[in-house]
Amino acid sequence: MSIQARYRSMSANEVAWAIAAAILTLMTIFIASKATDAGYAFHMYVFALAGVGAIITLGKRAAANVPAHPLQEIDGKPNYHMGPVKFATIAAVFWGVAGFLVGLIIALQLAYPALNFDFAYIQFGRLRPLHTSAVIFAFGGNVLLATSFYVVQRTCHARLAGEITPWFVVLGYNLFIVVAGTGYLLGITQGKEYAEPEWYADLWLTIVWVAYLLVFLVTIWKRKEPHIYVANWFTLAFIVTIAVLHLGNNTTIPVSIFSPKSYIVWSGVQDAMFQWWYGHNAVGFFLTAGFLAIMYYFVPKRANRPVYSYRLSIIHFWALIFLYIWAGPHHLHYTALPDWAQTLGMTFSIMLWMPSWGGMINGLMTLSGAWDKLRTDPVLRMLVVSVAFYGMSTFEGPMMSIKAVNSLSHYTDWTIGHVHSGALGWVGFVSFGAIYCLVPWLWNKKGLWSDKLVNWHFWIATLGIVLYISAMWVAGIMQGLMWRAYTSLGFLEYSFIETVDAMHPFYVIRALGGALFVVGSLIMAYNITMTILSGEAAEGVEASKPALVPAE
Amino acid sequence: MAGQNEDRDHITGTATTGHEWDGIKELNTPLPRWWLNIFYATIIWAFGYWVVYPSWPLISSHLPGVTGYSSRAEVAVELDALKAKRTAAAADLGKVELAAIKADPKLLSLALAQGKAAFGDNCAPCHGLGGAGSKGYPNLNDDDWLWGGTLQDIHTTLQHGIRSTNDDKTRISAMPAFGKDGILKKEEVRLVANYVRTLSGLSTETGFDKAKGEKLFAENCAACHGDKGAGNKELGAPNLTDAIWLYGSSIDEIVETVTNSRAGLMPAWGARLDPITVKSLAIYVHSLGGGK
Amino acid sequence: MSLWNKHAIFEKNSIILIIGIIVMISIGGLVEIAPLFYLKSTIEQVKGVRPYTPLELAGRQIYIREGCYNCHSQMIRPLRDEVERYGHYSLAAESMFDKPFQWGSKRTGPDLARVGGKYSDEWQFQHLVNPRAVVPQSIMPGYPFLAKNELDIPDIAGHLKSNRIGGVPYTDDMIANAEKDLKAQLNPDDPNAAGLEKRYGKVQVRDFDGNAQKISEADALIAYLQVLGTMVDFKGYDAKANYR
Ligand code: HEC
Ligand code: HEC
Ligand code: HEC
Ligand code: HEM
Ligand code: HEM
Ligand SMILES: [Ca+2]
Ligand SMILES: [Ca+2]
Ligand SMILES: [Cu+2]
Repeated sequence: MSIQARYRSMSANEVAWAIAAAILTLMTIFIASKATDAGYAFHMYVFALAGVGAIITLGKRAAANVPAHPLQEIDGKPNYHMGPVKFATIAAVFWGVAGFLVGLIIALQLAYPALNFDFAYIQFGRLRPLHTSAVIFAFGGNVLLATSFYVVQRTCHARLAGEITPWFVVLGYNLFIVVAGTGYLLGITQGKEYAEPEWYADLWLTIVWVAYLLVFLVTIWKRKEPHIYVANWFTLAFIVTIAVLHLGNNTTIPVSIFSPKSYIVWSGVQDAMFQWWYGHNAVGFFLTAGFLAIMYYFVPKRANRPVYSYRLSIIHFWALIFLYIWAGPHHLHYTALPDWAQTLGMTFSIMLWMPSWGGMINGLMTLSGAWDKLRTDPVLRMLVVSVAFYGMSTFEGPMMSIKAVNSLSHYTDWTIGHVHSGALGWVGFVSFGAIYCLVPWLWNKKGLWSDKLVNWHFWIATLGIVLYISAMWVAGIMQGLMWRAYTSLGFLEYSFIETVDAMHPFYVIRALGGALFVVGSLIMAYNITMTILSGEAAEGVEASKPALVPAE
Repeated sequence: MAGQNEDRDHITGTATTGHEWDGIKELNTPLPRWWLNIFYATIIWAFGYWVVYPSWPLISSHLPGVTGYSSRAEVAVELDALKAKRTAAAADLGKVELAAIKADPKLLSLALAQGKAAFGDNCAPCHGLGGAGSKGYPNLNDDDWLWGGTLQDIHTTLQHGIRSTNDDKTRISAMPAFGKDGILKKEEVRLVANYVRTLSGLSTETGFDKAKGEKLFAENCAACHGDKGAGNKELGAPNLTDAIWLYGSSIDEIVETVTNSRAGLMPAWGARLDPITVKSLAIYVHSLGGGK
Repeated sequence: MSLWNKHAIFEKNSIILIIGIIVMISIGGLVEIAPLFYLKSTIEQVKGVRPYTPLELAGRQIYIREGCYNCHSQMIRPLRDEVERYGHYSLAAESMFDKPFQWGSKRTGPDLARVGGKYSDEWQFQHLVNPRAVVPQSIMPGYPFLAKNELDIPDIAGHLKSNRIGGVPYTDDMIANAEKDLKAQLNPDDPNAAGLEKRYGKVQVRDFDGNAQKISEADALIAYLQVLGTMVDFKGYDAKANYR
């Protein structure tokens, strides 16, 4: 590049972005100077730094003569915009490893409490939200950004809408992650599960999310095929619904703009209902709809088979999004939420079973005629096993929604087992499968650096999952039974602390399973790094050419 | 773009929808029958459930369900049943005197079972699962009692607590903070602390003037702990002549006790637990080994 | 096939697809959430529940900051064993000023909905500093730093104001005296202690961390723990009237 480098002036678009960044910088520096809390001031400086970074990057972009308006097509083929996709893919691998590691640490803390080290910043109560946010929003979120931006371009046969906006979405989202995560460690939290970030981080995410919706939508408008592909229905439902949920569950009143602290306008029982309307549908739309979109592209693509049933796609899509919303109260069974709402939550969860399985059927049956590939392709195996786990947790979920079952399972490690069969088995494996597919495609490689390592990853992680969830099932059911155990004379048999004591061996086994899962993810990180750095270049692939636009 | 509606998948023989995205096609397979049937079944079941249980919200109330079910009503019934079961097993402990419970093996085993159950969640956090106590929290297994070890004494202690903040009849006696409040000088505290150690035959610091210590003790402490330091259960003042120490026997710990006083707090359980449970707990604690 | 063809309208028009999605996801939320704001049976009629005092509110912030809700529920379910273990099942009224609610979803440690008054301040303090010193089998983290840290809640009146915007009945008087009330709750001899009790009603006024010289984070947190579950007057509560 440097040889032919010559300056061009900044485009109007770039100037507008730079002005926005400058405003952000000035505003956050001003707030930082008056902040009542050191952690908050730190966050404002992080934003300011990001603003400065953005201005410099925009200037450099012009200086390096990166085309302000790259061609939409080259030789009649879309000139795909894969830079943000690449970034999000790498970020996903990074955050995945980090999030699993934190999971391992908190698993060990429950088995050996001395590992809290009496140290504020790393004690269990602060690390646990870090774990859930790191795996769901950082790892999962980057996987979703990468795959949705990739899939929408490929299935619409069009370049991503906007030049700088997709970068803003990806970088802005990761900035949100950094602010949210460091916030927990510093003690800045709203105290609502899966919605812990405070008001200013929420506000930032809202802006990023609107940009995300616009990029996605406008790209769809550019499509060549008149029909929108089913994967994109799911992504659209995911983006729109998460926006609605985010706004509803984060309606807070800040103490002042100089304070990180805010109070939600809802209280008590209404807040509980809002929270689990949000929380359950974060599962339904973030961890399910978004990842089903991944399934709908990567499974047929990898198996090279058509999607099993278009009609099933239609029915299960609409049924899923309609029914999911109602199921939130199954997190509030037997609480002070009125019984009528609990009944609705339970019945709609049961009705949700088949719409969920519709996705599983469509994923698994897409392999009919290609089952033999499972023996030779470990990536496809990962994808298929993830769909099986999806089926398993969407059977278990409705079962746990039955009030009689939930009276036992609620508050126990059974829930944790359920979460992780969905999280490790479904979300984890489908993401790994997608990443293994994406990396060679994005970096124009013939294939992965090592298929054998994928195989190792698969088996080690599978063993880890089995250890994790079976330990939690036993622990959870035992815990539930011990809490309600009565002696023959009609008195509680166990004190609470005896039930805590009984969990120890299972916490150790869970940590072991978690360690295996971490090892698997490290193998993946290594394999991906080697693929990018030294994998054999593909010849004549029609995947994204480096074309005229240097990606980064 | 692939062909029209005629396009078929050569492996399954099923028609595709005729669309293609990045090489991906869709088959037009009908909905699986079994899938649809189960889906319908869950919907029908839901309708049935709404009829039976409280469900849809209306303008000023909600559909009550034909059973009139309420989880709160249900637990009330279950708790009553539990009570009935317990009384059926022996008699209503609430109506029987403490001593009579102790005398009747059947009643006793019932009370012990109930006491043990309540002890684990309410008392063990302070007194330990086995009742052995720890620094500041008395051992309930020995026969050394601060406030008396008869069934009645223990019951009173449990019912009203010791220095409890929410019970008017709580057991109160405040050992003055002799050092902090300036009643005794630093050296005097040390002297009397050394003297306390002599009461149970423990060693003293070199240069300790026993006569002075004894005098200080008689003037300041004997009122509660007795002339010989044998304690006074009326005041919850511990026996200082035995080898049992609530706050430790080292000279430093005793100096700390005399300087600042301790005034441990035991909650009043009458405000929290029902009367039968408190009774059973008294029996249980009494039976731990040291009851008088 | 014909009916299936109709779906093309969603597949060909992203705006119609989005509208379809929004309609579908709105119904469930509206039907389940809106009635909780207007049905009278949602929150029971009980006496005694009052807004948190400034000190308790500050303690609640520490409870949230340390993530206690990750291990502790504050919701006793109407199930036989829970009522026996923890006390009367929780009422919606008891958390009606909680922003956010802290019912929790995991019980690694016991429920705390009625832990107020269950233990002494001294036990709470020792337990926070080192749980295993008092409960050897405990797996709870130690929080010795709470005893060391000075309580630093800038603009406590601002916190009360934010709560009031969200419907918590803090009076002007309470907001004006927030700072003074916070200190007064730690010292029965404080000239403001009487004013505090006049404003809030039943309040536990004393030093909570065993160090009267210092206002620590442990002071606030223990004040919060000691008020949990103690507000409602169950003697005047008609259980049957609140079956729903
Ligand atoms: C908050 C901690 C705590 C809890 C919980 C607690 N106790 Fe105590 N208990 C104490 C303390 C402190 C003392 C000693 C008070 C003193 O110094 O006089 C005590 C004293 C006693 C005594 C009197 C001992 C004597 O020697 O006279 C009995 C009996 C007793 N507790 C039984 C129980 C029972 C039964 C329970 C459960 C229902 C219980 N305690 C719960 C802290 C506690
Ligand atoms: C008003 C009554 C009263 C007076 C006067 C009094 N004490 Fe005490 N003392 C008590 C009570 C009550 C306790 C029980 C511990 C507690 O406060 O929980 C106690 C406890 C003790 C203990 C701790 C025993 C152990 O097992 O750890 C020591 C030592 C002691 N007193 C020494 C003294 C000395 C020395 C004096 C005089 C300088 C004194 N006391 C004066 C009431 C009194
Ligand atoms: C890793 C999980 C964990 C975290 C985080 C945690 N706790 Fe605990 N907590 C426990 C366990 C386990 C017990 C039961 C054993 C014991 O009493 O220590 C417990 C017991 C308690 C008890 C005694 C309850 C009773 O009725 O016996 C209180 C009070 C308490 N915790 C408060 C807190 C507060 C306040 C925080 C946050 C600052 C907190 N806990 C954080 C696990 C935790
Ligand atoms: C190495 C892998 C992992 C380990 C060792 C691990 C461990 C843990 C532990 C110990 C907890 C706390 C449980 C408790 O409080 O008792 C937890 C909670 C949680 N984890 Fe993981 N985890 C791992 C991976 C994941 C992944 C990949 C996801 C999601 C994609 C995930 C999502 C969650 C969620 C949502 C919770 C909260 C559950 C709840 O509140 O009910 N975890 N994890
Ligand atoms: C039909 C589908 C599903 C239903 C009906 C369902 C139902 C449930 C139920 C009843 C609980 C326990 C609530 C409680 O007692 O506290 C739960 C918890 C949870 N489920 Fe599912 N589940 C489903 C699918 C999934 C999937 C696919 C995932 C993917 C990762 C998932 C993630 C979670 C998480 C994270 C929690 C813990 C929430 C918390 O308490 O913090 N669920 N689910
Ligand atoms: Ca949870
Ligand atoms: Ca203090
Ligand atoms: Cu759910």
